[in-house]
Order: sequence, then structure tokens, then C-alpha cells
Amino acid sequence: MLESYLKSRLIEKKILLMTHIVLGYPSFDECYKIIEAMVNAGVDLMELQIPFSEPIADGPVILHANQESLAGGSTVKKCLDFAQNVTQSFDIPFLFMSYYNILFKYGVDRFAAAMAERSIKGAIVPDLPPEEGQDYLDAMKKYNLDPIFIFSPTTTDERMNYLASFGRGFIYCVARKGVTGLETDFSGHLEKYLGRCRRATDLPLALGFGVKDKNDIDFLKGKTDIAVIGTQTIRLVEKEGIGAVGEFIRSLR
Amino acid sequence: MIDRGYYDGFGGAYLPEVLVATFDDLEDKFIKAKNDPSFWKEYTDIMSTYSCRPTPVTFAENLTNHFNGARIYVKREDLNHTGAHKANNVMGQGLLVKRMGKTRVIAETGAGQHGVATATMAAKFGFKCTIYMGEVDVQRQRPNVFWMERLGAEVIPVREGTRILKDAINEAFRDWVGNMDTTHYVLGTACGPHPFPEMVSYFQSIIGKEARKQILEKEGKLPSRIYACVGGGSNALGIFKGFLDDPVELVGVEAGGRGLDSGLHAARLSSKDASIGVAQGYKTYFLQNSDGQMKETHSVAAGLDYVGVSPILAYLKESGRVRFESATDREVVDAMSFTIKKEGLIPALESAHAFVQAFKEAPELSREDIILINQSGRGDKDIFTVADAFDDPNWKEFIKKKAEEYNA
Repeated sequence: MLESYLKSRLIEKKILLMTHIVLGYPSFDECYKIIEAMVNAGVDLMELQIPFSEPIADGPVILHANQESLAGGSTVKKCLDFAQNVTQSFDIPFLFMSYYNILFKYGVDRFAAAMAERSIKGAIVPDLPPEEGQDYLDAMKKYNLDPIFIFSPTTTDERMNYLASFGRGFIYCVARKGVTGLETDFSGHLEKYLGRCRRATDLPLALGFGVKDKNDIDFLKGKTDIAVIGTQTIRLVEKEGIGAVGEFIRSLR
Repeated sequence: MIDRGYYDGFGGAYLPEVLVATFDDLEDKFIKAKNDPSFWKEYTDIMSTYSCRPTPVTFAENLTNHFNGARIYVKREDLNHTGAHKANNVMGQGLLVKRMGKTRVIAETGAGQHGVATATMAAKFGFKCTIYMGEVDVQRQRPNVFWMERLGAEVIPVREGTRILKDAINEAFRDWVGNMDTTHYVLGTACGPHPFPEMVSYFQSIIGKEARKQILEKEGKLPSRIYACVGGGSNALGIFKGFLDDPVELVGVEAGGRGLDSGLHAARLSSKDASIGVAQGYKTYFLQNSDGQMKETHSVAAGLDYVGVSPILAYLKESGRVRFESATDREVVDAMSFTIKKEGLIPALESAHAFVQAFKEAPELSREDIILINQSGRGDKDIFTVADAFDDPNWKEFIKKKAEEYNA
């Protein structure tokens, strides 16, 4: 199980790293190489985003990656095939991240079955609150997969408890308002928010949105269990190429 | 959220967590306003003094004689301030923004009518205003961009995706998730997450309330059929809501673009090309591929060029209460031209879709029948598109001269 895997890793490491890539961007071959570099550099788990044409929670960098991937001919089938290959090759947990329409059109139960067949451990679906997600929750439970739910700074304590009652694996805490890839203020404000998150659940906490370097991760040590690097590695690959990924990941801890 | 806003399986609120509290607050303020008898009065007062409500219904005598069938009436939403039904929704939401104590409004716009209406409301109420508009629409609706900017709004051309209405909606949401404390998103149509479909159609229902009374006063009976164009669906729901419980046939007309077989259209409910999906926060029929990726849409009318449709209309389609048809770009330009010459009315390209279907069906009805067309907006904004469609030589000459002046 994801939760026990994370908790056992946390005995050895102060903070875990989760990275995020958009499948098919720049290409599936390059995605494979990026994953290889990340795993070799010690990433603890990864989220694989299946591109969607309307990614409303994503900022310009990830939005662009979604569009380029689709323009390059990415399909859900190609993403599933790729995931199969990746989970067989690398020994860390992989999650899917996508918007609900991708699951809905595929068939929620069928999608969960496809995840389980490919040893994907769980999913993050940012536009699916539990109130709308009964089919999804049932399917994830049926195939023993972890539905990851999201806390945000606007989430009340009461709602955090409610969300935590559905979440498994870990809780993804969004660091601030706004879309992915913008500047985040790593300060006492964030610490207070993470304290609220901590009180709401015993699940490990992941903190994402705007995490970009070692300073940010040092700040997060002891306050969260997992730091999520999303946009920053996509930017890095765009600017410096895949060769820079391993060194960047190693520089973070 | 008290109610998830479902209409027999369509609708809902598929929200990113960061917006949940904002929507809870919006729903709460909307319900309180709706239950406050003084609110509807405040709304109708402002619509009768700042805009031109009640808008009249016009008997189209020449069109009636020409088609020699049903008696044709036109509901004149083009006579609203800013030239379209969009003002109804915008002023209503503006009053809610005041109640919520927010200081900035954002909006998406396709044809630019909703953008102009929002910028106008912001100017009147003293709000900051940002309008998101697809780059393609900025080009084809340039006069409206000019007025939005004069009204003090910042117009941001959206260069992502298909660069039209749906992409403008995505960008408005991206703004909102960062700025919800100060900002209200004035969504322009009866789409999006609950409570928008309900709220927008509530404000637009003023059209149908008035029209029903007006037709009964003039003719002593109800119309046989009512025609309205359908983009997101707000003008159609606005007029239909007045007649849902009456024995009146309701007809929604979608953008047939270059024809339903061409793939280049925006017909969600009248073609076989759309399927049920979830995007932009709600469940409805979308023009999407088998993976759930949204397709490119096409219409000569920017305001109908949209990939989804109101969940309330999806429900009314499934229940059989509303019939859906489509009109092609060519038919629309012809119907607009004909209406201008015959009746001296200038419908927007969007509204002209409703005229196309009404003209097809009027001859098969008798003089005892009344049909009512919702002229949702005025066509002045479409001057560049219409001039191109007619290949107007005098207009081209004028534009060339004007360009020379600017180049001098």
C-alpha cells in the first residue's frame, strides 16, 4: 500500500520527493528518459499526467505541455501502454493525474481496472470532489487503488476532515491559491496551513504548487512528508534538456 | 453546497478544491437574494432605468405577409443597453457582487456582448474589470474590444487551445482560482458549475416573463412555437422559462456552421457528434473525441461557437420538452440580410439562427398561429463579418481609405 510504503521511506528520509510529468511531452521516449533520470536520482514516487484539452487547474507551463502532447498525437491508450512499460521498468510507485473527463469517457470502472492491471497505485483527479465522485470512489476501492484528495488553504477544518475520510495513500496539499507553476511564499503562513492539514489526518502530507529548489524543500522538512516538484522540472527540460534532470533532483535534498 | 445543481443527471459542480468555499459562498448569497422579495424588485428597477426593460415584442408584419403562414413576433432583447440579453445576467450578478462585497469582476466573452455588458456594469458599480477573449474572437469582434477598453476593462486575448469561447472560460477560471477573495467571475451563460446555470437562467427568465404577458395582452393567446438561438443557452432558457408549463413548442437553434456533415459546427444537441462528458466544471453534451478531448468548433457567430451547452437544456432535450435544430452559416447570413431589408430589424448573427428556423416553419402554420422569435442581440457588432459575407465593395473601399489615413 502506498501509505505504508511512504511511512517506511520516511523512517530513512526526512522528506520524500514526488515529481510530475505530462505524458507524451515532449514525447513518450523523452518521458521515459526523464523518468529514468528521476528514479536514478532518488525520486520516491511520481505522478503521470494524462493530458486533457481543458486543464483548468494548471498554469501556463503545464497547460502548454498538455496541448503539445495532444498536438503530438497522445491518446489515453498510448498513456496506458506507456504506464505499463514504466511500472515494469522502475521500482517506485506511480500515480495517474488527470481531469475527470478522461476517466468518465473511458468508463470509470474500466479505467480503474486498467490502472490496476498496469500496477498504477492511485490517482489524483483535481476536478472531482468526493461529492461528485461516488463511481470513482467505488471503482478505486474495488481495485484496491488509492484516491488522492486535495486540501487547499481555502478548505475549512471541517471540510479537511470530510476530505480525509475519503482520501487514501496521502493527502495532496495545495500550497496556495492559483494555478500550478506560480510563485509560492514559503513562510509562516504556509507553516500554519500545514499545521491545520496535519491535524486533519494521519495520512502522509504532500505539499505542491510552486516548489522549485532546495531552499523551498529545506523549509518544508519536518512540516510535510512529501514535496511535489511539478512545473519546475518541465521548465528545466524545456531550457536545459533531459541531461539536467538528475543533477537538479539530487540538488534538492 | 446545499444543492449540487443536477437536472436529471446533467450539471453538478466539478470544482477544484480551492474554489469550493467560493462556490459555497456564491450559492448562499444567491439563495438569500432569490428569497429576498426586495432583490427581484431592485433588479427589475435597475433594468427598467439603466437598461430598456421591459423590451417590446414587435409584430413583424412584412415577414408575416411574406411567409404567408404564422403571425411572427420578435422579442427585442437587442434593445437592451449594450445591445443584447447579456445585460440581464450581468446586472443581476453585479447586484450580487455588491452584496458579496467584492471589488473586481472578470468574464469570458465570445461575441464580445457579454464582455461589453460586464465592462459596462463594472463601470457603473465601480469594479475593476478583466475580460478574457479568444484571440480568434478578438479579431472577428473588434468593435466590441474597442468598447470594452473604452469602458475601462482590460481585455486579455487568449492564445491557448482553440482560441475561442471555451478557452476564454478556462483562462477566467485560472484567474479566479488565484483571486477569489476580491474577484467574482461573471460567467456569461447558463453553463459551468452549479449555481451558474440556475443563477444565469434565473436572471434571464425576465425575458420569458415579459414575453408571455406581452403576447397575451396583444393576441389574447399563447404562441404556438418559440425560437431561440443556442450557444451556451442563456437567451433560450430566458425566454423558454416563461412558457415551460404552457402548451407551447420550444425550439432551440444551434450553430450548424458549414453543415452538420462537415464536422465544422457547434451543434451539441441537434447533431450526433456530441456525447456526455464533464468539463469546465459541469456535466453535459460536449463535442469531444472518444478520449474525451474537446474538439474544435465552428460558427460564423462567435457567441454560438462553444463546445458545451447548458445542462438545463441538455435535460430539456432528453425530456423532449425542447426541440433542437441547426442553421448553417450561409442560411444565417441570408436570414439576417432578409430581416434587415424586409423588417428594418438588425439581428445579431447569433440571433439570426433563430430566424432561419422560424422562416422554415412559418409557412406550414396558419394565420391563427403565433410564433415568437427571440432576437437576443443586435447585429451592429457584426459589421466586419457581415460586410465580408456580402463582399461589400463600398465598405472595403472605406476600410482601405481608413487604413491609408492611419498609415500616413
